[in-house]
Amino acid sequence: MGYRYEMRFSGSGGQGMILAGIIIAEAASIYDGKMASQSQSYGPESRGGASRSEVIISDEEIDYPKATSIDAMLAMTQEACNKYNKDIKKDGVLLIDSTEVKNAPKGDYKVYSYPISTVARDELGKIIVANIISLGMIVELTKIVSHEAIEKAVLARVPPAFLDLNKKALQLGFERARDLKPLP
Amino acid sequence: MAEKKKKFMQGNEACSEGALYAGCRFYAGYPITPSTEVAEILSVRLPKIGGVFMQMEDEIASICAIIGASLGGAKSLTATSGPGFSLMQEGLGFACIAEIPCVIVNVMRSGPSTGFPTGPSQSDVMQAKWGTHGDHPSVVLTPATVQEIFYETVRAFNLAETYRTPVIVLYDEIIGHMREAITLPEAGEVEVIERKKPTCKPEEYKPYAQSNGSIAPLAAYGEGYKFHVTGLYHAEDGFPTNNTKLIGEANERIVNKINKNVDKICINEEFYTDDAEIGVVAYGVSSKSAKFAVKEMRKKGVKAGLLRPKTIWPFPDKAVNKLAKQVKAILVPEMNLGQVYYEVERASRGQCEVKGIFKVDTEAIHPNQIIEEIKKFA
Amino acid sequence: METVTAAKKKKKEKPVPFDYSNYIRKGKLPHIWCPGCGHGIVLKCMLRAIAETGRPNDDFALVSGIGCSSRTPGYVNFNTLHTLHGRALAFATGLKMAKPNLKVIVTTGDGDALAIGGNHFIHTCRRNLDIVIMVYNNFIYGMTSGQFSPTTLPGMIATTSRYGNIDPPFDVCKMAEAAGATFVARGTAYHYGELEKILHEAIMHKGTAVIDIIDSCPTYYGRFNKFKSPADMMEKIEKEGTVSVKQASGLPPEKLEGKLLRGVLCKKERLEYTEGYAKLIEKAGGSKPK
Repeated sequence: MGYRYEMRFSGSGGQGMILAGIIIAEAASIYDGKMASQSQSYGPESRGGASRSEVIISDEEIDYPKATSIDAMLAMTQEACNKYNKDIKKDGVLLIDSTEVKNAPKGDYKVYSYPISTVARDELGKIIVANIISLGMIVELTKIVSHEAIEKAVLARVPPAFLDLNKKALQLGFERARDLKPLP
Repeated sequence: MAEKKKKFMQGNEACSEGALYAGCRFYAGYPITPSTEVAEILSVRLPKIGGVFMQMEDEIASICAIIGASLGGAKSLTATSGPGFSLMQEGLGFACIAEIPCVIVNVMRSGPSTGFPTGPSQSDVMQAKWGTHGDHPSVVLTPATVQEIFYETVRAFNLAETYRTPVIVLYDEIIGHMREAITLPEAGEVEVIERKKPTCKPEEYKPYAQSNGSIAPLAAYGEGYKFHVTGLYHAEDGFPTNNTKLIGEANERIVNKINKNVDKICINEEFYTDDAEIGVVAYGVSSKSAKFAVKEMRKKGVKAGLLRPKTIWPFPDKAVNKLAKQVKAILVPEMNLGQVYYEVERASRGQCEVKGIFKVDTEAIHPNQIIEEIKKFA
Repeated sequence: METVTAAKKKKKEKPVPFDYSNYIRKGKLPHIWCPGCGHGIVLKCMLRAIAETGRPNDDFALVSGIGCSSRTPGYVNFNTLHTLHGRALAFATGLKMAKPNLKVIVTTGDGDALAIGGNHFIHTCRRNLDIVIMVYNNFIYGMTSGQFSPTTLPGMIATTSRYGNIDPPFDVCKMAEAAGATFVARGTAYHYGELEKILHEAIMHKGTAVIDIIDSCPTYYGRFNKFKSPADMMEKIEKEGTVSVKQASGLPPEKLEGKLLRGVLCKKERLEYTEGYAKLIEKAGGSKPK
């Protein structure tokens, strides 16, 4: 039987966590020729609250669409980080936005910390692209989809007027993750 | 080549695509989570092909409007969730007795009442069967993947036209909002059944004529036939009757036209059931957990197998009974407190143990929960 | 001999009696309405008004809900649909949108249209969908044997208001106009000639047309409220209880108190819904509906 790679994107409503999940699943299934499914859970809020999106990538048909044992997770807020870090597997990857997540959880997985939102705001002038920077970083850290695939998927999902900005955000994500070391 | 046609989309989007593929040209609905995407998508797509999208004042109006549109000759659809589905029950009964084809999508959420609107459940299975009053036919399809939502929506329209009856497509929030890459077939690749129209002279037309179980063609209003449709029991000509014999026959006929065609309507997926010693009967999102569990168990040499009905009503009695004959136990995982479980127990006729795995906390049933239960019988 | 008869005929110049046989379905009468009920008069007015349009029967669809008035479609030779209590307008909306060329007429009652169907009533008016809504308003639920309705006047007796009704009534016309109907009128079964004209005008109107038709239920409303006879009811409620718009213009306010206005009360031009939808299709780049 084939492999099953599980990802979780978590944050608060409006941070684009569901979109991040959609983009990486699309990168895997449409542009990288793998199987992928994306699911989500959300509350009544369009903005705020804890929001999460889960992606399963495999080389065979995906039955159960929810995470059981997470290979890689992103947490953009402390609340989401606390609520959703339980299922990360041994030697898995957790990327936290240190702008918001001040208390990194401890576990037998690797925690990468980076001020994603701050960089989005200060270096790209738009905090809204923090999710795209995160995508770049998580792809760089996990290599679960190719750079080409994720770039195509990002560009296919964002409004035409923001193509350049998102391209930059993605590249920035790749770069900043390249030499990033896990927390001790 | 398949690459070109692959599209990454949500379950509710696949439902809309399926409806359009099947020739749906009329949608009426009322916004409700988690089904609203169907309305949003069709509000854009239908006008582009000259079809009609209407946002009605409530779900009662929505189902009545699609029945009215169907009598105008349009294949018609509404989509809703639990609370709206409850409001539609009277209209559903009208479509049953008046034998008007139409399709109702119910994307199940947590209940009763407002419950947890963004949380999934599978708790409308019995409502889909018995929600409207009186003895009536029920055809309810339960797809489990995004691709399957597309196909089953097409099939729902086909069944509605074939049997002149309302058909329900029943899935849950998880599948409705889940995204997968699916392949949209080209026109003509999948069978689409068009409505049979009468060819007789208008004065000879009997919209409810019955001969040897055949189903009379349904004319559209405004095309010369000037017939009568009523929610009262009626004779072959469509006009109300007080004749008790005719009433009894008419009620039996609308139920039997489905019951006598169970073998054509019921479709199941059998996964490792051939040599199974422990069976799982599951549908919709729970069947995904079950499949995961069965695969895991097979890896460990445990002979587990899954029977997955794609048609939940009429119930696949034969398939369940056959499985019950060969296994020690059947597990029934579902996101409710026991609905299909009792049907499995009934259809098993005491030939094996039947055990439910129920969950109503709006989280999908974890495969491990099923694995633990399978182990008890291994 | 022949010439004498012909001359006699010509002298009298009587109009040819209206031939109902083209409109009444064979074998479907007698109707279920009680002796003295005004619904039969309304039915005749409607058929004559339809005939005046000169359009073939197949161009018309009659849709109804549940109640005495809702039995109308079963008797008449058009595309007819007898639906659920209160829901006629919702069915009619779907039908009209699927077949915009059909002239859709809804026959409904005060309970059907305004109580259980009140929501569909106001929303149909709001959309200005081209449907004629004939409200047979007899102030009572006749079919379920005489409960008070949303138009029953205060103090009146019904099987569910034995102490006298305390629910204030709706004014059908004001409600229709406020909700957006573009043709609003009132007639009575008593003033049948006037009603026929109003109905014809309503059918010719493009948009939602609401006609409040004051009618009598001698079996329940009449008996409970001590009217002597059906004729007495018609006199008191329909004749003395109403005044035409024309007459009213010359009367002092005190003479109009407690009287309902008859005639066309509101007629305006506003984009009709199927026409609006055709424009939407164009905007979406779609082909015109068939």
